[in-house]
Amino acid sequence: MAPAASPVANGAGLLVLLPFAGFLANGALAFLRPRSKRAVTVIGVGSIAAAFAVGLVIFAAMLRSHVEVPIVRTYWSWLRVGTLSVDAALLIDHLSIVMVLLVTGVSTLIHVFSVGYMGEDPGYARYFAFLNLFVACMLVLVLGASFPVLFVGWEGVGLCSYLLIGFWFEDEQKAAAGLKAFLVNRIGDAGFLVAMFLIFRTLGTLDFVQLAALAPQHFTPGEPLVTAIALLLFLGCIGKSAQIPLYVWLPDAMAGPTPVSALIHAATMVTAGVFLVARAGVFFGLSPVASAVVAGIGALTALFAATIGLKQWDIKKVLAYSTVSQLGYMFVGVGSAAYAAGIFHLATHAFFKALLFLGSGSVIHAMHRAYHHTHSHADAQDMRNMGGLRDYLPTTFRTMWIATLAIAGIPPLAGFFSKDEILASAFARGHGAPYWYLIWVLGAAGALLSAFYMTRLMLYTFHGPNRTGDAERAHLAESPAVMTVPLVALAALTVAGGLLNLPEGLPGAQWLHRWLEPVVGVPAALAGSAALGRGTEITLVVVAVALAVTGMWLAWTRLHPEQLVPADRAPAERGFAKLLAEKYHVDEIYDAVLVRPLLWVSRTVFWKGLDAGAIDGAGVNGSATLARTLGWLGTRLQTGQVGMYVAFFVLGVLALLGALSR
Amino acid sequence: MFLGPSLAVSAILFSLGVTGMLLRRNAIVLFMCVELMLNAVNLTFVALSQQLGLDGQVFVFFVMTVAAAEAAVGLAIIIALFRHKDTVDLANINLLRG
Repeated sequence: MAPAASPVANGAGLLVLLPFAGFLANGALAFLRPRSKRAVTVIGVGSIAAAFAVGLVIFAAMLRSHVEVPIVRTYWSWLRVGTLSVDAALLIDHLSIVMVLLVTGVSTLIHVFSVGYMGEDPGYARYFAFLNLFVACMLVLVLGASFPVLFVGWEGVGLCSYLLIGFWFEDEQKAAAGLKAFLVNRIGDAGFLVAMFLIFRTLGTLDFVQLAALAPQHFTPGEPLVTAIALLLFLGCIGKSAQIPLYVWLPDAMAGPTPVSALIHAATMVTAGVFLVARAGVFFGLSPVASAVVAGIGALTALFAATIGLKQWDIKKVLAYSTVSQLGYMFVGVGSAAYAAGIFHLATHAFFKALLFLGSGSVIHAMHRAYHHTHSHADAQDMRNMGGLRDYLPTTFRTMWIATLAIAGIPPLAGFFSKDEILASAFARGHGAPYWYLIWVLGAAGALLSAFYMTRLMLYTFHGPNRTGDAERAHLAESPAVMTVPLVALAALTVAGGLLNLPEGLPGAQWLHRWLEPVVGVPAALAGSAALGRGTEITLVVVAVALAVTGMWLAWTRLHPEQLVPADRAPAERGFAKLLAEKYHVDEIYDAVLVRPLLWVSRTVFWKGLDAGAIDGAGVNGSATLARTLGWLGTRLQTGQVGMYVAFFVLGVLALLGALSR
Repeated sequence: MFLGPSLAVSAILFSLGVTGMLLRRNAIVLFMCVELMLNAVNLTFVALSQQLGLDGQVFVFFVMTVAAAEAAVGLAIIIALFRHKDTVDLANINLLRG
């Protein structure tokens, strides 16, 4: 494992340093010269593009040399306490380089898009500083060679997420959304930390390479302890990747700028949980129960979030619930021990969901500009105010349709291959374990709904008559090239993404699968493989495509965009539709069951009872009152009458004499 | 010589001084009571010096010197007090009350 003097080993640090240097430079500019937009753009986009180039060089070197061992680059000894020894070290293996390329590649496109989207914003330099810091942290996360280093990146991206959700912090609601994301993630992180403690206690190391070798020797499959570790790790993933029951922060996170939603809350950060399950795959492979829980939560979330997505009017909220739902699919994949399929869907989802978010950003940008011209305060994100935008935003329209077909699972687009592979691997485990058939049913139902709500989004946004308003319509126009070029690039990736991992039987099939084999092969083998017959596989594909087409057809025929009215005149929803539009009241339930009781206990017991009552009242003020009372009693002796003083004096002398003469 | 009667007279004088201090309110009288006590002690010193050497008699001079100084300062205070309050009755003077 000695770091050879190769681009692979030397480039690792550069990958992290480039975006971090961009953060420092842009951060300095944000304070010193916030108007120097050109410099900010060059630094912000350039540092990420350079990191992407470095990633490509490393990848090419890995392809050439056919490295089989993970390459660890140790920089310095970070923590050395007792038997715990953690190095600041980066790990480059087949999994992390895929993530590196994905993160830096999509980031580059989104940074370019941001140049157009955030061009008018006074916080331009601050925005790019945060975005660069995010990429640096994300790279630490995917490259970390041990749990603590990964955790640094894990918390770093959480911080950037908080900073960027609350980017427009003058709006109290947006600041609150950032806080919510941060707090909800703490619950998951607590689980992650405890899992780390347990791993260190039982195995004595936190290094990924050592753990992958140690864990299978130390644990017997299905042991309660390894299940506990896996489930606690998964708690961290639930928080970060917005799964039931901690998904509530992600829809609110849409308060941030739309490119942020695309980068952090769709393409990269939220997939960190899926990455962690793959990275710590050996623990999940050893615990069938934990894997089943992962897949179960994933399938439930996939369906549950998809139903909420059916009735949202905010274009970004639809995409947010869609993201939650798609993340559920990734967990079904990694939970079914199809780690490569999970990572495959992670990659294709990064392409088409980033495209969808950037497309919605382009739409919102155009809507916002139109409303800005007429000084209207109508909601630029409400689909009821859109309609017929295909004539005004042709490029956005076409690219978003590509992404919609991909997410619905229409072949041969990227989403079809990845989603199909996930559902097939869940189905394959069903032999003798009907639980996995249930997971397949949930996932398939979610796929039907995904096709429906995405077609609904496209239908209401781009088709039918325009509802923006007569005065505003004249100002609707396609976004500048700096925004449409990333859309086209992502559309190309969405079309070609499936090539990464074509099904068996085609030339170059299963490339990603074979590429990731050295990393996830062991956990997948531990979980036991399950193969499907050729016939079953083809049937599943046909069913999946049929579901996707049905979903789209239903939406296309049942929904009538020409009957919609703008948001401020829209009638209230009724019945089940109202429940969906109000997101099953989950936020309200959490508020009533968790937040309010917690606030009540904090306020009455801890604040007013313990702190103000016991500590301040009895402790601090009590001792002061005691001293004052004693002092007051003392002053009663000071009458000012000389006779009294003399009397006490004489009594004192007599007492002294009496005591001495005894 | 006369040791017993001398000490007895001294004790009586001291007790008179203390009693005066406790019962009277007039500052001048209190002052005289202090002098009475000091001189009672002086008498004790002189009486006991017959047996214990001349140290006691030397000490009497110290006491008288201090008493003279104290009388000067004390009377000055009483005069200042009188100018200020138009009385030397200590029942009416309680500036040090807490």
